[in-house]
Parts: sequence; C-alpha cells; structure tokens
Amino acid sequence: MSPLAAAAAHGFLSPTGVEIAFLLVGVVTLGAAVLTVTTRHLVHAALWLVVALGGLAVEYLLLTAEFIAWVQVLIYVGSVVVLLLFGLMLTRAPIGRSPDADSGNRPAALAVAVAAAAALVWVVVDAFRATWIDLDGPAQGSTRVSGEILFRHWVLPFEALSVLLLAALVGAIVLSRRDGADAGGDQAAPPRKDR
Amino acid sequence: MHLAYPAVLAALLFCTGLYGVLARRNAILVLMSVELMLNAVNLNLVAFDVWLRDTLHAGQALTLFTIAIAAAEIGIGLAIVLMVYRNRATSDVDRLRDTAEPRPPLSSALRATDPDTDAPGGPAGDADSGDPDPDDPGRAAGEKAEATA
Amino acid sequence: MTTTTLAVLVPLLPFLAAAAGLLLGRTAPGFVRPLAVVPVLAALGLAVTVAVRQGGGPAIDAATRLTPTGSVPVDLALHLDGFAALTAVLVTLVASCVQIYSTAYLRDDPRYPSYAALVSLFTSAMLLVVYSGDLMVLLVGWEVMGICSYFLVGHYWETPQARAASLKAFLVTKLGDVPFLIGLFALAADTGTFRITGILEAVADGRLDHPTITALLLLAGVAGKSAQFPLHTWLPDAMAGPTPVSALIHAATMVAAGVYVVARLLPVFAASAAALIVLAVLAAITMVGSGVCALAQDDIKRVLAYSTIGQLGYMTGALAVGDRGAAVFHLLAHGAFKALLFLAAGVVIHAAGTNSLAAMSRMRGLARRIPDAYWTMTLALLALAAIPPFAGFFSKEAVLVAAEHTALGEPTALGEAAAVPAGAGWIVLVSGLLTAVLTAAYATRLWLLAFRGHGAEAPDHGRQPLAMNAVLWVLALPSLAFGLAAPLLPDWFDGHPLTPTTTTAVLGTGVALVGALVTYATWRHTTARAGRSPLGAVAAHPDAEPAVSEAEAIATHTPAYGDIAAAPDPADPGRLLLGPLHRPAAAGFHLDAVYTALFVRPVRAAASLVAFLDREVVETYVRGAGAGSRLLGWTVRRAQTGNVQTYLIVLLAGSTALAVAAVVLAHVNAGS
Repeated sequence: MSPLAAAAAHGFLSPTGVEIAFLLVGVVTLGAAVLTVTTRHLVHAALWLVVALGGLAVEYLLLTAEFIAWVQVLIYVGSVVVLLLFGLMLTRAPIGRSPDADSGNRPAALAVAVAAAAALVWVVVDAFRATWIDLDGPAQGSTRVSGEILFRHWVLPFEALSVLLLAALVGAIVLSRRDGADAGGDQAAPPRKDR
Repeated sequence: MHLAYPAVLAALLFCTGLYGVLARRNAILVLMSVELMLNAVNLNLVAFDVWLRDTLHAGQALTLFTIAIAAAEIGIGLAIVLMVYRNRATSDVDRLRDTAEPRPPLSSALRATDPDTDAPGGPAGDADSGDPDPDDPGRAAGEKAEATA
Repeated sequence: MTTTTLAVLVPLLPFLAAAAGLLLGRTAPGFVRPLAVVPVLAALGLAVTVAVRQGGGPAIDAATRLTPTGSVPVDLALHLDGFAALTAVLVTLVASCVQIYSTAYLRDDPRYPSYAALVSLFTSAMLLVVYSGDLMVLLVGWEVMGICSYFLVGHYWETPQARAASLKAFLVTKLGDVPFLIGLFALAADTGTFRITGILEAVADGRLDHPTITALLLLAGVAGKSAQFPLHTWLPDAMAGPTPVSALIHAATMVAAGVYVVARLLPVFAASAAALIVLAVLAAITMVGSGVCALAQDDIKRVLAYSTIGQLGYMTGALAVGDRGAAVFHLLAHGAFKALLFLAAGVVIHAAGTNSLAAMSRMRGLARRIPDAYWTMTLALLALAAIPPFAGFFSKEAVLVAAEHTALGEPTALGEAAAVPAGAGWIVLVSGLLTAVLTAAYATRLWLLAFRGHGAEAPDHGRQPLAMNAVLWVLALPSLAFGLAAPLLPDWFDGHPLTPTTTTAVLGTGVALVGALVTYATWRHTTARAGRSPLGAVAAHPDAEPAVSEAEAIATHTPAYGDIAAAPDPADPGRLLLGPLHRPAAAGFHLDAVYTALFVRPVRAAASLVAFLDREVVETYVRGAGAGSRLLGWTVRRAQTGNVQTYLIVLLAGSTALAVAAVVLAHVNAGS
C-alpha cells in the first residue's frame, strides 16, 4: 500500500492509538527540554534533561526502534547525565536558584531559535504532511535485527568508533588530570588512569 | 503514523537545544543543550529509517554511532570545562573573552587623517593589543593559584 | 656650385657652427671664437654670391620632398627671389657684425660658448625663414628663433629682470604663434599646399575661401613676432638681454621675420580689404604710440626698442598699402642702422657705466671718450630721423610715397586688380608723418642727452676694443649710403619705383626738422636744471667686460630710479614735450597692466581655484576614503567582543536567513 494512499486513509483528525501516545509523550519531552534550557536551578536542569531523554527513549520504542531505546536509556540517562551532574559538582555550581544562568544574549538567542524553529517546522510540515509510516510488518529495530546489521554491514565503522572512544577516553584523562606541583596530592592516580 | 509527528518534534527539540546553546551562561548547561540537539537528530534518523524500511538500517546504525560519539564528546567537553574552571575559576562562557579586540574610542577612528600623527598612534595601539599576550600566563597563573587556594 | 647649393649652405653653415659650438664649448674653448665668427662670415660671403647670381632675375625654386605625409605635402623648398637674397645678405651681415662685436663685448663671460652657439643657431633659423619656400619649414625656423630668443634674452638669468623678460618674450610671441599656426593650416586647407608659390597661384586664381579670417590669424603671429600693437610689450623688456642680442634679434632679424612673412604672403592679405585696414590701423597705433613711449624712456636701449617698434610699424604700414618693395627696403635700411644704434649704445653704456639717459646728461665729454661710437651713432640717428641723404630717408620716403599713392587712388604696387582701400593709405600717411615728427624728436633727445651732457667729467675707461669699433664703422657704411641704391632696388623687387617724390620728401624732411628743432629748443630750456638736481648711478665694475657693466646697469636701474623705464629727471626735454602724457608713456601706456587684468589675473584666479578644489574637494575625498575605512575598521573591531555565543548567534541568524531565503525562492519558482 503506497504511503500516499495510506496518508489519505489516515487523516490528522482521526489519529491512531500509537499517534496519540507519541503526541502525549512528545509534549512531555518537549516541555522537559524547554524547562532544561530555561530553569534557573542548574541541577534541576540536569534532572529535566533526564525526563527529556527518557521521553525520547519512549518515542524510540513507539517507532519500533527497541534496541536504540534501551541504548538511549543506558547511555544517556544512565551515564551522560551522571557525568553532567559530576561536572556541575566539580565546578561548584550553585545548588539553588542562580539568577545569572542566562547570558545577556537571551533575546537574540530566542529570536534566532524561534525563527529557525518556524522555518524548520514549516519546511518539514510542507514536505512530509502526507507521508505515512507503516509500523506494521516485521520488527525493524529489535535487538536481533540491530545486531545482525551492525555486525554484518557496519563492522568496520563500529571498530573505528571503538578506537575513537578510546582516544576520547585518553584525551579526557589527559585534559582533566592535575599536573605540576598541584599533582602531589593524588600522585598515584594519574599513572593508573593512563594505563 | 504520520512522519510529520516525529519530524516536527525533532525540529522543535533541535531549536530548543539551539536556544540553550545560545542563551545559557554555564558551560555545562551549554553541553546539555548540545545533547538535546544531538537527540533531536537521533530522533530524525530513527523515524526516517523506519519509514524507508532500509535493508541496511543505516539510520539506526548511525543513531548508535551518534550516541557513542555524543558520549565521547560529553567526556571531552566536561574535561575541558573542568580545566577551564581550574584555570579561570569560572565556567561561564561569556566571561572567557581573551580573544576580544580592545575597544578603541570612536575619536581614535575619526582623528589622525594626517599620517604624521597617525604613525605614533598606530604602533601604540598595536602594542596595547599585543601586551595582554605576555601578561596572560601571569594572570592565568594568578587565577589558577586563586582557584586552587 | 649651383646657386641652389650655395643657398642651402647659407643656413647650414651657422647651424653646423651652433652644433659644433655646443658640443666643443667646454672641451675646446680655443675653438669657440673662430667657430662663432668664421661660419657666419662664410655665410655672408655665400649670401652675397647668391644675391649676385640671382641678380634680381626670376625667382629660383628648388624643392625636395623628404617623405609623403598623407595629406598636405611638406617640402624642403627654396624660394630665391630678390627679397630673399637681399634679406639674407642683411641677416648675415648683421650676424657677422654681432658675432665679432660679441667676442669683445662678452670676452670674459663664462657662458660665452653657449651664447655664441645660440646666436649662430638663431642666425641659421632666420636664414631658413628667409630662404624657405615652404610654410611648414618656415615655421620651424620661426619657432627656433622664438626659443633662441628666450635663451638669449635670459642670458643674465641671475637677475630677475632677465628671467621675467625672457619668459615674457617667449609667452607673448607664443600667444601670437598659435593663431599663426591655425592660419597656416587654414591656408593649406584652402589651397592644398604649403608651398608659397602654390599658395600665391591659388590666391591669384581666387581659390582662397576665407581670406579675411586667414589673413587676420596670420596677422596675430606677425604682430607677436614683429612686436606690433597689441603684442609689442615683450620687446622693450627684452632689452634685459646683452646688447649684441638686442642688436641681432630685436632690431635686425627676428622682428623683421614677421614683416618678411607678410611681404612673402602679401597677395593673401591683399585679397581682403578688411585685413589691410586692420593692418593699417595696427601700424598707425604702433607707430604713434611707440614714438610717444620712446620719448619718455630713460634707458637708452629702451628708447631704441620703442624706436624699433615704430620703424616696424612703418614696414607694416607699407604692407598695408600693398607695397612690399617699400617695406623690405625699409627693413633692409632699418636693419643696418638699428643694429648700428644698438651696438653703439652698448659702447656708450660701457663708457658711461650706466644705461640711464638722465645719468648721461650729467656727464661732460662722453663724446670725446668714444669718438667712434659718437660719430657712427650720430650717423645712425640721422638715418633714423630720415634726414637726407641717409638710408632711412630713402626707405621711409618709399613708404610714404606708397601711402600717398594709395590715398590719392593712384595705381599702386599691386596694380589695379587688387584695390587697396584709400582709407588705409590715409591712415598710414598721416600716422607716418606724425611718427616722423616723433622719431626726429626722440632721436634728437637721445643724442643731446647722451653726448651733450653737463656736469662732471665722464669716467675714462680707455679705448674701446677694436672689434667693437670696427664693426660700428662697417655698419655705418650702409646706414650712410644704402639709400643711394634706391633706383637699383626695383629690379630686385616688384619693379615698382622706390625713389622719393618731391611732395613727400619735402613734407617728411620738413616735419622731421620741426621735431628735431622743437626738441632742441626744449632741451636748451631744460638743460639748465640738470645741474640743480643731481641724479644717477654708475656701474660698480667699470673695468670689467662691457657686458658686466650693462648687466649691472640694468639691474640697478630700478633701485636707483624707482622704475625700470623712467627716471624722475626734471631736465628731460621729453618730460616737457609730453606734458601729462609722460607718465603713461614711460610705462608703455600701462598695456602691461591691461594684460595683467585680462590674462594674468584670470589665470591666477583659475589656478587658485584649482588649488582650492584640489586642497578642499579632492583632498576631502581622499581623506574621506581613509576615514571611511578607519570607521569601518573601528566598527568591525567593536564587533569582536570575544563572546563565543554572540558570534554563534550572528552565524546562525545568517544561516537561518539564507535558508529561509532559499526555501522561499524555491517555493516562488515552483509556484510560477
């Protein structure tokens, strides 16, 4: 069944159940994202980011990309946010409200962002308002399928990515270790990290 | 499901992240906003992969790679922020302005059409703008000492 | 050798001498004097030979075309008729005398080599003008003379007077030369040739379309070169040059070139009655005005310069009534006695140590110190005043006779075909007689003031050099006897009789005597006052070469007397004779002031306007360009805040705008 015919069959005014779920979760996700970039509590921003990323994981599930949803939960919600929280702590970010969380560029930034959003939404809606995703049929994003394509077709990029991750790891350690006279306190730690 | 839903959601998320990058002052909040933008892209990749029913599932594979790279990026980024914080005792993006041009008064631009009077003024201005470089390590060291104290 | 070859050698020899003199002047100073004198003497001999061979017969024409020019051809052409042959003899004679005289006059001058070479070059250029049968080649000589005159007048370029005079001479003659050039082109455009013979044939056939305009254009150049009103002002100032230069250039040759050219092209002028009337009026104004001015001058050389202008006025007057024989006759006679007058004046200036007549009139016995100059100058002054039987009498009578014939409607030299208006005849006749009175008056005044002074004994500087005195006597001969050639000359010229008639002879001599006697009577009346008001200054180096005395005299005239031309001398008979006219006449009727108002001030105003525009307007744009980029740079520097987010905002705003523009354009294009 062709996408256009499907789109004609499925109007925007008669949404399916999946669509309703997607919309609701999308609203939550977007709201959490907006709160992330506007709240004055720095730690709250990290927590709202968790909500937004989790909402995105649910959206992946609704799009039948099961494996990616779990990866999202594991890596983003599990590790990235923790890293960010550690960063906040290490830079002694204030725990309460910080009135200067936004810089003086805020109006200009808002204008640019709104303009970009308007342009993007207009273009995207204009281009894809009649496009229908057929979610039925065989599962496309199960762990089995993902593993097969990843290790059958994408082995080389995957290995390259592992090297990149290693390089990033080494780089992060080199950047964040204390050097010189200050390094006396935790002298034993850096060599161990290097290894 | 209509493709428009995930596409519009991705666009809005991207612009939200964009706003955060441009408006937030703390470097770590800027990094969070970057994560939002990356996730918006990921959503797009997944949605289009599902719509196109790609046999190679390039969209999903790329999403995985992006997630990995985003993790690496956040690690490196946080390391840099930490280092900056250690050196400057701040992680505010708009206070890191060492590349700024010194601001000459308007009169210096309007004056000195005469090359004779201009010649002493020009090198003097250059010397002023050149001075901070030698001073910088000293100042940075001072701030660093302050930060570690 | 054929006559043509000889004639070619005549201008060529002085030219080679000039080239050699300029090249060898520094390396071989011993050759400079022979190189200056011998070629000119040889040219004199050749010119005499050419004149004898030509013998007043039919004109000899020879031409060679160097290269085709594409339009009107330019030929190296010779045209030897009686006029050319005799004028060439005069030019070479005067040039020889001047070169010999200069060896003594400028004997210690460090710039003598270049001076002698320039005089030779000048002589060569004048001979080219005289012999040339082609107007373009003639113009070459004409302009070379102009530039040589510039250099020679400015010989004492250390003095501001000489510098100003040389520039003035150059610019004023050039002011006339531009219309002259246009006139030549107009002539060539009408007749299709630059050859004088061809042009005259065309005029005879009536092929000249615009005779009046062409003639008036040519007249401008002639007025500039021959120092006719209103372009005569350069000549009195040109007396700042050395005396031999004045004798050669400003008496005998260069100023005669204008008259000579009109004589050669007279049919062109005769084709237009208006041109002849203009010529007559100009001649009349020049004659009378210069006579009045000469009577008021204090500098002996300026008296002679104004006299030259007046005598040239006689020649143009003769041309205005269509008698070129009389004009060239007067040109020859005047060339001889005016060169003599100038050279003698040089001796007088050296002996007296001053060029001021007021100072000379307070010296006793100047005549005894320099007997040669005294006697020859007396002769020449008699010739100038047209007293019979001297040369000036016969030539001036020829002019007056021609004017009388025209005025009375009798057949003239041009024949019945070209009717010369009777008005021109009357103008020339009346002004000629009036000028005769004035000429006799200023000649008498000059003689009385210079040689009949009372007061202290004149200083004794010993005998004048032989070279100078000998030359004076050589030139005295034609001044005395050239008039006797009057009956022979018509064979050389147009065949028209040049002998005086009784009416004009009596009339002319009578008015001359009246002028002389009145001046003498006035002088008797005023000379008693000379003792009461001491006046005068003499040169500081009386024993140096004569040229130094003269240069010092000219340079000190303004400081000593308050004016370059006049002196506040109550004993001057000219002051009494002229009455209220004296002051304007001494200043040349303030014509220089008129020129200043007409030309100098507007040019200066335009120059200052241009300077103002350059300084205030153009400069403003230049500065504005600099300030604009400076301001732009300042703005860009202001934008470099160092805030990364600001940069990013601007970058993304730009990309968004571009993206929106691209999408909108795509939509518009898709829609249309």
